[in-house]
Amino acid sequence: MINLTINNIPLSVEEGTTVLDAARQLNLRIPTLCYHEDLCIAGNCRVCVVEQVGMRNLLASCATPVRENMQILTNSMKVRQARKNIIELLLSEHNSDCTKCYKNGNCELQTMANEYRTGNHIYTDLIPLKHNKVDVSSPSIMKDDSKCIRCQRCVRTCAELQGVNALAVAHKGHEMKISSFYDKPMHEVVCTNCGQCINRCPTGALVERNYIEEVWNAIYDPTKHVAVQTAPAVRVALGEELGFEVGERVTGKMVAALRRLGFNSVLDTDFTADLTIMEEGTELLTRLKKALVDKDQSVTLPMTTSCSPGWIKFIEHTYPNLLPNVSTCKSPQQMFGALVKTYYAQKKNINPKDIVSVSIMPCTAKKFEAQRPEMRDSGYQDVDYVLTTRELAIMIKQAGIEFLKLEDEKFDRFMGDSTGAAVIFGATGGVMEAALRTAYELVTGREVPFENLNITPVRGMEGVREASVTIANVLPEWSFLEGVELKCAIAHGLANAHKLMAAVESGDANYHFIEVMACPGGCLGGGGQPIPTSPEIRNKRAKAIYAEDEGLPMRKSHENPEVTQIYEEFLGHPLGHKSHELLHTHYRARKRY
Amino acid sequence: METKQLSRVDLIFKPEGKEIELLKKKLNEDGDDFILELIDSGLKGRGGAGFLTGLKWKLAREAKADQKYVICNADEGEPGTFKDREILERVPRKVFTGMALCGHIVGATKGYIYLRAEYKYLAPKLKKCMADLNDEFKKIGLEFTLDIRYGSGAYVCGEETALIESMEGKRGEPRNKPPFPVTEGYLNKPTVVNNVETFVNTMIISEIGFKEYKKLGTDHSRGMKLFSISGDAVKEGIFELELGMSLADFVEEFGDGDTKAVQVGGASGFCVPRKKFKETIIGFEGIPTGGSMKIFNSSRSMYNVLHNYLDFFQEESCGQCTPCRVGCQQLLLGIEAVKRRERPSSYLDELMKLADTMKISAKCGLGQSVGNAFVSIIENFREEIVY
Amino acid sequence: MSNTENFVKELADKHGRKRESLMPILQEVIDARRYLSDETVVNIARELDMSAADVYGTASFYSFIETKEVGQYSIRLCKTIVCDMKGKEAILNAIEETLKIKIGQTTPDRKFSLSTTNCLGWCHKGPAMLINDEVFTELTPGKVIEILENYMNR
Ligand SMILES: Cc1cc2nc3c(=O)[nH]c(=O)nc-3n(C[C@H](O)[C@H](O)[C@H](O)COP(=O)(O)O)c2cc1C
Ligand code: SF4
Ligand code: SF4
Ligand code: SF4
Ligand code: SF4
Ligand code: FES
Repeated sequence: MINLTINNIPLSVEEGTTVLDAARQLNLRIPTLCYHEDLCIAGNCRVCVVEQVGMRNLLASCATPVRENMQILTNSMKVRQARKNIIELLLSEHNSDCTKCYKNGNCELQTMANEYRTGNHIYTDLIPLKHNKVDVSSPSIMKDDSKCIRCQRCVRTCAELQGVNALAVAHKGHEMKISSFYDKPMHEVVCTNCGQCINRCPTGALVERNYIEEVWNAIYDPTKHVAVQTAPAVRVALGEELGFEVGERVTGKMVAALRRLGFNSVLDTDFTADLTIMEEGTELLTRLKKALVDKDQSVTLPMTTSCSPGWIKFIEHTYPNLLPNVSTCKSPQQMFGALVKTYYAQKKNINPKDIVSVSIMPCTAKKFEAQRPEMRDSGYQDVDYVLTTRELAIMIKQAGIEFLKLEDEKFDRFMGDSTGAAVIFGATGGVMEAALRTAYELVTGREVPFENLNITPVRGMEGVREASVTIANVLPEWSFLEGVELKCAIAHGLANAHKLMAAVESGDANYHFIEVMACPGGCLGGGGQPIPTSPEIRNKRAKAIYAEDEGLPMRKSHENPEVTQIYEEFLGHPLGHKSHELLHTHYRARKRY
Repeated sequence: METKQLSRVDLIFKPEGKEIELLKKKLNEDGDDFILELIDSGLKGRGGAGFLTGLKWKLAREAKADQKYVICNADEGEPGTFKDREILERVPRKVFTGMALCGHIVGATKGYIYLRAEYKYLAPKLKKCMADLNDEFKKIGLEFTLDIRYGSGAYVCGEETALIESMEGKRGEPRNKPPFPVTEGYLNKPTVVNNVETFVNTMIISEIGFKEYKKLGTDHSRGMKLFSISGDAVKEGIFELELGMSLADFVEEFGDGDTKAVQVGGASGFCVPRKKFKETIIGFEGIPTGGSMKIFNSSRSMYNVLHNYLDFFQEESCGQCTPCRVGCQQLLLGIEAVKRRERPSSYLDELMKLADTMKISAKCGLGQSVGNAFVSIIENFREEIVY
Repeated sequence: MSNTENFVKELADKHGRKRESLMPILQEVIDARRYLSDETVVNIARELDMSAADVYGTASFYSFIETKEVGQYSIRLCKTIVCDMKGKEAILNAIEETLKIKIGQTTPDRKFSLSTTNCLGWCHKGPAMLINDEVFTELTPGKVIEILENYMNR
């Protein structure tokens, strides 16, 4: 243990603790900007400076380990003067038009400027000299260099968490900036649209492309039937934006709010999550059969999941040769979109051309996915607008809805029903767990051999996890699976996916089934979720998801009566002709460089 | 305070020849003894920061690792410094054997010289010299190989951790310290980074002994130093002088009779006006210098001098940290605005505060020393900035 | 395989494929081709298993690694204070007039590019300049024109 004082209060902390963390133990908050719990220490913004008594230079508290007998002052005159100057410097380089800024009200820089009351901008405004451009090329993310404070959080996110490195620091000195390859538009580079950089950008320099006005216009248009679907991870995070504690489930209130906003049908992506399990589970079993019984060399195993569009774009760029391994299932969002403008339209007797299909997603990559040319199997663009959890919260606020006081409501009938299996899609390992619950039972006629259906080995936040299930006493038609040990792996965060796929490519890994989610923690940590994010926040959301699962009467996708119904009425059977047409897709190799 | 008369020394450029012999002798002696001698000699690094060389080697020697490195910092980018180039041109063997000696003492088997791109014309000769020495080291049973790496036009890569980043194939952005290179340097292995001249000094100490060496200089500034003298001087070029002389003596010897100010230590050093020549000692107790001495006579505009420096810094800052990246731009634009009368002269006081903030809050020595020139020029030549 | 692809491959064979190999590779590209094209960056990224943005970001840090097209001969005139005091401006005018280009430009025949640079370490013999790796000191307008004419005939 190391003994020191902070603001004259003695404390002892473990060796290796930073001054910043030590101060936190005393409930002292030191302002930070470049620091982020998910990322390695940069120590470049310098707003976290503190004074060490007896030393001329200040210390960056985030980057300085404690030493014995240190005397730290976090708010001395010297510290305050320097910190104020530094914030002023940042603002002089910053296009501070808060009233026109998308991050207005949820911006770390703004909060800090407000806290320090930096009213009189003493320094020269550098913005007119910089000729910044706003990059709106991507359907998912916007990059506005005039708002950037060069904290490099985005660069570290894209490198450390995602292993993509679409963003880099370029040039030096006064020309230093965050840049893509040769500063090309984001839409033309290897960016996966995952939005993780957005989640960690402390300013409005990286934000989602928002489609709020477009959705309002559709709602106001009397000739349109606006159908909305909401992804599982939204309901465990939306509350954070609207006055609830982290980890509160607000499913019922969310449904009520959506109705009040004026959506004509309020539906649940969970329905197609269940459908995904039916399709993907069948696809996996089919692949296994072909490989094990027919000894078909053309079958590719392991099969990977396909519900995360950030992951899809990543593999298209990075491992185009492994695309045959990816399940051909569309993501639940896109299955839903295709069905809304076909099955649902038929059932409700609405002309599909009058349907505007909106989805509320924890994800920015889904904005890109919705606009892929492959995603028009209904004859129209299957999903018209994708809003993030954050955008939905903005709409609710705009509509003056007192969210905290709403009575819970239920989703519509038809494509509104779901199971616990679908809910856990929102957490890393969830798709795997849901698939195992169904596949095991399909093959053996018995429930998965885990207490209360909770397949705990696939849960958790470890970056790459492995699990295996030995299949025994199978039903006669699945005899080829008797005794087979089904090997599974799970990765979340693309850097982890990268590692896992490298092992697959080199032949070092012999899995049957792999779940990949582009975002750390899975969709609950998606790029469209409330800001801030941290391991603790993601853990709380995961807890909420598993609680929601346990609270539902149906916990297995194949038990969803609406799913049974849609196969009977419309689709036929999993992997059938109609499914192929509407629920499956193909991928394209993209350039890695 | 102790001062020395200005006196010329001739140790560094003495003809080469005895290096391998000296090295061989050291191979058979106890390394700890030499470290003590080195510490006792008082030798401080010649690259500017002035860390005790013996202590640095001691820390590296004590660090436990399967691999350690020795790096010679030949990035010499400080405006007005050119002594390392001269050393490498005239006595490269002394530098390289100094590195090998360091390798032997700290337990490193690999040495790199990081040569600035601007000196690339020296490379063929240096490579030849290194190849010869690699053979000679082998012959005397020393496991140490020399190799060369180049800069690519970035002043900040002279900062030792930026240099290491650059050698690792990254942007030359200085690291957080601690950890220091002696424990986690190149490829996170213990690494000694020393200046070209420092390595030569260690060879001189091993030749003449620390007692003899200690006779040179003052208590705080032991030994001699190469000075790169330029500007309005009667004699420009490189001169080897004992440390601890007064600036007045220096100007007497090198100035053109009309000296208004001397910039000691390059753009990151201090500007000393005539009225302070007498009280200013050249050395670690006064104004330390990596060797750059720029002399300005009364025909020179100190506004131009300062403008030139700030322009240099705003380009050469690595750009990662706020005080330095934005601060440099603000100082430059600020004096321009005052000059153009777009800002009142009192704005200079705001800028002085900013310079102080930069000194104490920037991440590395670059940003921390921009204020040196700025404050010393504004304090002493304010009217030249305003009018 | 394209010319560039081969070229970069050879460099990677020579210097290795680790991150530490990046600077030597970039530097040799500059020696041979004077600047880094986006095709070259892509090839380096592939060889070193880095992202193209990362290679670009690193390269653009270094002022001697040009990421935009420059001429066969890069003229870098020292602009730091002592060379400035010793008549850098006159040298600059002489170069600009002789080559009919300004700072930051390349001659139409792609032979020369002109830029300024920070201290070259020749203050005592200023004004100084580099043409690629070659140093020229104690320049006068007459001398610099002669040097350029020499290069024009190369
Ligand atoms: C911006 C900056 C530039 C530097 N440039 C050089 C340089 O060109 N050569 C050098 O030897 N040291 C330079 N240094 C100092 C090095 O960081 C380091 O202290 C030195 O190489 C250690 O060697 P020494 O102890 O032998 O002086 C620079 C420091 C800073 C902050
Ligand atoms: S990024 Fe933050 S501080 Fe900047 S304009 Fe937007 S809200 Fe204001
Ligand atoms: S969206 Fe994802 S892939 Fe794209 S730059 Fe941001 S972190 Fe990188
Ligand atoms: S874009 Fe955002 S995260 Fe990235 S450096 Fe700029 S302010 Fe920081
Ligand atoms: S002080 Fe300047 S050079 Fe040093 S780290 Fe900060 S920005 Fe980079
Ligand atoms: S938070 Fe510590 S330097 Fe940025």
